[in-house]
Amino acid sequence: MTYEFLQHYWCFLVSLLGAILVFLLFVQGANSIIFSLGYTKEERRMLINSTGRKWEFTFTTLVTFGGAFFASFPLFYSTSFGGAYWLWMLILFTFVLQAVSYEFQNKLGNFLGPKTFQWFLVINGIFGPLLLGCAVATFFEGSNFIIEKGNLIDTEALTPIISRWANASHGLDALLNPWVLVFGLAVMFLARTLGILYVMNNVNDENIRSRGSVRLVGTAGVFVILFVGYLVHLVLKDGYAWKPETGEIFMEPNKYLHNMIDMWYITIVMLAGICLVLYGIIKTIISKTYVGGIWPCGTGTVLTVLALLLCCAWNHTAYYPSTADLQSSLTLQNSCSSYFTLNTMFYVSLLIPFVLAYIFYAWRRIDSKPIDKEEISNDDHAY
Amino acid sequence: MQNLLLNIDAGTIDWSRAQFALTAIYHWLFVPLTLGLAVIMGIAETIYYRKKDDFWKKTAQFWQKLFGVNFAMGVATGIILEFEFGTNWSNYSWFVGDIFGAPLAVEGIVAFFMESTFVAVMFFGWKKVSAGFHLASTWLTGLGATISAWWILVANAWMQYPVGCEFNPDTMRNEMTSFFEVALSPFAIEKFFHTVISSWIIGAVFVTAVCCWYLLKGRNTKLSIESLKIASVVGLIAALGAGATGHKSGQTIAQVQPMKLAAMEALYNGGNEQGLKIVEGIEVPYGLSLMATNTLDGFVPGINELLNGYTKADGTIEPSAEEKMMRGRIAIDALAAYRKAKADGLSEDITNSQLAILRENYQYFGYGYVKDKSDLVPPILINFWAFRAMVGLGCLFIVFFGIVLILVFRIPLVSIITRRLLSAFGLLSETESDEVSPQAILPAWLCWVAIAMVPLAYIASESGWLVAEFGRQPWTIQDMLPTWVAVSNLQSSSVILTFILFLILFTTMLAVEINILLKQIKKGPEL
Repeated sequence: MTYEFLQHYWCFLVSLLGAILVFLLFVQGANSIIFSLGYTKEERRMLINSTGRKWEFTFTTLVTFGGAFFASFPLFYSTSFGGAYWLWMLILFTFVLQAVSYEFQNKLGNFLGPKTFQWFLVINGIFGPLLLGCAVATFFEGSNFIIEKGNLIDTEALTPIISRWANASHGLDALLNPWVLVFGLAVMFLARTLGILYVMNNVNDENIRSRGSVRLVGTAGVFVILFVGYLVHLVLKDGYAWKPETGEIFMEPNKYLHNMIDMWYITIVMLAGICLVLYGIIKTIISKTYVGGIWPCGTGTVLTVLALLLCCAWNHTAYYPSTADLQSSLTLQNSCSSYFTLNTMFYVSLLIPFVLAYIFYAWRRIDSKPIDKEEISNDDHAY
Repeated sequence: MQNLLLNIDAGTIDWSRAQFALTAIYHWLFVPLTLGLAVIMGIAETIYYRKKDDFWKKTAQFWQKLFGVNFAMGVATGIILEFEFGTNWSNYSWFVGDIFGAPLAVEGIVAFFMESTFVAVMFFGWKKVSAGFHLASTWLTGLGATISAWWILVANAWMQYPVGCEFNPDTMRNEMTSFFEVALSPFAIEKFFHTVISSWIIGAVFVTAVCCWYLLKGRNTKLSIESLKIASVVGLIAALGAGATGHKSGQTIAQVQPMKLAAMEALYNGGNEQGLKIVEGIEVPYGLSLMATNTLDGFVPGINELLNGYTKADGTIEPSAEEKMMRGRIAIDALAAYRKAKADGLSEDITNSQLAILRENYQYFGYGYVKDKSDLVPPILINFWAFRAMVGLGCLFIVFFGIVLILVFRIPLVSIITRRLLSAFGLLSETESDEVSPQAILPAWLCWVAIAMVPLAYIASESGWLVAEFGRQPWTIQDMLPTWVAVSNLQSSSVILTFILFLILFTTMLAVEINILLKQIKKGPEL
């Protein structure tokens, strides 16, 4: 295996984890509208118990996404997390709030009351996907950082720190870019769309399903508008290209469009993904009985996000561009781990299909029957 | 000249350390209980699987319910730690990310998914999967947590004793050269066994305390006695195991982190035939030499020898701190010269000569950033007392679980002798001394002691981490990277704010968790 292959392979795996994470944000999406889908205490309890059996997958995928990124592209880890401090901290705070909310909310002794933890779920449901979406958008839009490895030993340098943010906002400046917000909102509404589809599939309750059907039209409509808007912006915008001969980063007009043309196979995957997402949404809206929309829509989400992430990193593209200093931009080549580490981790990654297989099996066993009122009232461990 | 390199806000360094310490200490309140309860509820469910007795199913479910409340907090506090390596220790993430990132990734792929998948089956699968699959899920949840501990302890052990890596002057970072050296370093293996086994003590103490409270209240007697049997066996094995693995860890520390050992013992002037201090002024003769070298007259260096240099037992000379600092600066200057020569396109001879100087002095690279040799001494007071708290309480747990085990199992003869001895000391009334009812199987005072053991167990466990982490100071990575070169370029105000937010959030959540646990215990199992 060549170094170049391993760099692309690990980029693929990290992107796949990112894509699966976006799909699993259905947990957050559904939580963001628990008060809109569930009018009564009992209905809200069913909703929370439905997402409560999956939240750990989202959480674990986020953690593994971080770990895999650290292992394979440590310069991204040190630059983005250390630089965009506040953006990442806000994301983490919302996920911390979520992690305890399921277990604590309906337990005897919860002196903060169930509503507090339900609102924690709503906060995570809205801001988790929104801020994660904004963080991902910076892969296309750029961030305000500077990298100078020589700082570690440069006696003229102000600090020995290699990566630094070029302004004092530490990542919050990304939220001032309207296109970053458009992408963030698209991810948030996608999560909500997926959440509605998941709940309709997983909760056997007529009221929730009919309300979900109605909410889906508006939510999915906003998502499609935002997503298409961003996609058009993406194909028209200049991109951050990398010259392999010199290692120089330069602006290339319509770079991402060129990537889609050059990597036609990725574009096919993206189009297939978009079609599946639309199929899942439209069929659920049209059909009165169809509740399986989460599967085509979820599969489509994974394919689309995977293709988008690969589009911003493969084909000699700087995947984490710097708007402060173009040459500080991160590429697969200048930010990755050593050949030895990537190669060793390659063998570890062969365990992933096995992990996916047991997750699939356990998920099927737990979801063999949709959740209903009876199950919640008889389950000792129900949230 | 090197001092110019250290122009970082001192507040950022200290607050970053404080934030990491805060989140790690909170995280470690929940993890050992997860690891310990996993074993006990696994045993209870295994008995249910074998006997098909509903009592054992309810017993397992009761402990699983308490496990669930605690588990959520472990997950919530854990996510912060992983990302803090990037957010607060940006330079560290690059300088050693090539080595350090791998265990974190393996942890995610191998352990976290196992844990999160099977914990859902354990909680919600009682009516959905077979008894065998459920039992496997319960054990796999515990196994996932234990494997997770393995990988994060591999990462931590590497920071204490960096092996299997080489510095690359072109990429300006350390790169892995042997995955197995990192994953199976003796330090990592000892750390894993000591940490996980000592976590079982917390699980056992927790279960013992809950059962003793029931005995004091005269309720749930059968569950209490049966659970006490499991907990006392697990607790005694764990307490003995923690002692044995702790001893082995101490010997390794003596080899690879002698300054940590000196700080633990507040040993300023070392020498042969060193005694082990119980407290200042009282010591076990030859104890420290024996612990560190396995011989009664072994040489143990003190802080002054370590700062001023000394001759080791094998005749080699350990350089003084000044010499290490000087050689560290030579390494940094050689690296700078190498990079400049390469950038200027100078001949290979010049670059190679600088590279040779760098390689010759690289083992002291981190010392090049040290201004004052006194910075190389870890905080003595914390290390000294934390070590004593850990070891002293560890010994107490052995005695405690020994007595509980003898009494709850009513071991013929031994049990009677123990009861008579306790009577002789006035710790058991005459009427309690031989045959007793199940409710009075443990005397009331012992039940109260068991309840008091809960905070003590946590103090012991956290003290272990205080020794591990404070003892390594000032290094993020031993001899390689001091804390002030490892941080992110942040204003201290940002870190202060997140520190306060974490403090408020985690403290509130801890209060809620404790209250929920107490209410759940008060409510008791549904037998």
